[in-house]
Amino acid sequence: MMEVFVPVITMGILGLLFSLGLVFAFRKLRVYEDPKIEEVSEMLPQANCGACGYAGCRAFAEAVVKGETTPESCPVSDAEGVKQIAETLGVTAAEVVKKLARLHCRGTHEAAKDRGTYLGISTCDASHLVGGNKQCSYGCLHFGDCVRACPFDALYMSEEGLPVVIEDKCTACGKCVEACPRNLFELHPISQGIIVFCRSLDRGPVSRKVCKNACIACGICARACPEAIIIENNLAIITDYKKIDPEKIPEIEKCPTDSIGRLKKEDEG
Amino acid sequence: MELVAIFISAILINNFVLYYFLGICPFLGVSKKIDSAFSMGLAVTFVMTITAVVSWVINHWILIPHELDYLKIVSFILVIASLVQLVEMFIRKISPPLYQALGIYLPLITTNCAIMGLALLAALRDYGFVEAVIFGFGSGLGFTLAIIIMAGIREQLDLAEVPEPLKGAVIALIVAGILALAFNGFIGMIK
Repeated sequence: MMEVFVPVITMGILGLLFSLGLVFAFRKLRVYEDPKIEEVSEMLPQANCGACGYAGCRAFAEAVVKGETTPESCPVSDAEGVKQIAETLGVTAAEVVKKLARLHCRGTHEAAKDRGTYLGISTCDASHLVGGNKQCSYGCLHFGDCVRACPFDALYMSEEGLPVVIEDKCTACGKCVEACPRNLFELHPISQGIIVFCRSLDRGPVSRKVCKNACIACGICARACPEAIIIENNLAIITDYKKIDPEKIPEIEKCPTDSIGRLKKEDEG
Repeated sequence: MELVAIFISAILINNFVLYYFLGICPFLGVSKKIDSAFSMGLAVTFVMTITAVVSWVINHWILIPHELDYLKIVSFILVIASLVQLVEMFIRKISPPLYQALGIYLPLITTNCAIMGLALLAALRDYGFVEAVIFGFGSGLGFTLAIIIMAGIREQLDLAEVPEPLKGAVIALIVAGILALAFNGFIGMIK
C-alpha cells in the first residue's frame, strides 16, 4: 500500500504548496481589468473568425470597451447581440443590415460542360491554376474551398456540385469571399431583390455552348429594367440594386438561361 | 574551475537551442525584434534558474530519499508550470506592452522543452546544488544569447532581398541552421 500512498501524498503536497504560492502571488500581482470587457466578450459569438479586423473576439471586446470601434463592427453578431452590447456600454448601435453570401454561378455538374478530367489536388486553388475542369473559365470549380473555409458550417456542396448557403447559419463573415479563387462569392443585403448568377465574360454564343445557365448577354433583363441593369463585357450587371422596381422582377426573371434571379430561394415564385 | 567550465559550456558549447535543439518554438516565434527577444530571453533565464533551484531541492530532498525517481517528470512540470504562471502575472503587472509582445509564447514557456531538458539533465548528471544553479543560469543566458543573435540577423534580413520562395519561416530556419553550425565550432573548447 505504501508504494501507492507515498507518491500520491508527495504530489498532493507539492501541488498544494505551488498553488498556495500562486494564490498569494495573484493577490499581490492582480491587474485591474475593466469588467465590461468580460461582459462584452461573453455576448460576442466567440467564433474568433477575425472578420472584424481584430485578433479575436476578446481583442474586439477590448477595442469596443475602449471605444476604438463600434459594436456593430462585428459582422457575425446579429441585431439582437449588437443591441445587447450597445446597451451594456450605454451607446446606441447603428442599424444592422443582415447580409448573406451568394455564389454568382449556377454552373452545376449538369449545366456546365467538362473540359476534361481533372486528377490533381482536389482544391479549387490547385484546380484554378490549371484552368479548372470546366469549359467555362469563370465559373465554380466544385472543389469546395469555400465550404472548408466557412467557420460556421453554413455552406455545403449540393449534389449538383454547387456550394449552397444555409441562410440561417450564414453570418456574412466573408471567409468564402476570400476563399474562392474565382471571386464568385459576394455579400448581399438580405433586402436586395435580385442578383446575377453568372460571372462569365465570354461572348454569348461561347457562354451558351459551355454552360446552360450562363449569362448570354441577350439583354432581356436590361430592357425590362434599363435604369438598373446594363449589359457590359457580355454580362448583365446590376448597377444600382436600389433602383430595381419589385414589380419588374417577374419581367426580369424571363431570362432564357436562368442566370438572373431572386436573392432568396423562398421568394422564388 | 569546474563551475566556470559548466557555466561557459552551458552558454556556448552545449547551448540548449543551437546544440541540443531544444526550445526551438520561442526561438523562432519571438525572434523578430531584438527588444522582445531580449525580454523573452530574460523570462526564460529567470524560469530556468529558479527551476534549477526548485527541481534540485525536490529531487534531492523528496524524490531520491523516498525512491520516487519516476515522479521526476511530473513534479518538474509542476514546478515549471507554476513558475511560468508567476512570471506571466509579474510581466502583465509591470509591462502590459511586453505582455502583448510576448503573446502566446509566454505561457508556452511551460511547454518549452529547453526548461524540462535543463531539469532532467541536471538530475541525470548528478550536479550538486551550486552546479545546478550555475548550469540553469548559464543555460538561460545561452538561450538569451542565441535568441538575440537570431533576432539581430532577422532584423537585418527584413532589409535584405530574400528570394520569393525563401521568405518568412524558410529563411529563418536556414539562418538558424547556419547559426547552429557556427556554434558547433565551440565543441572541444572544454574537455
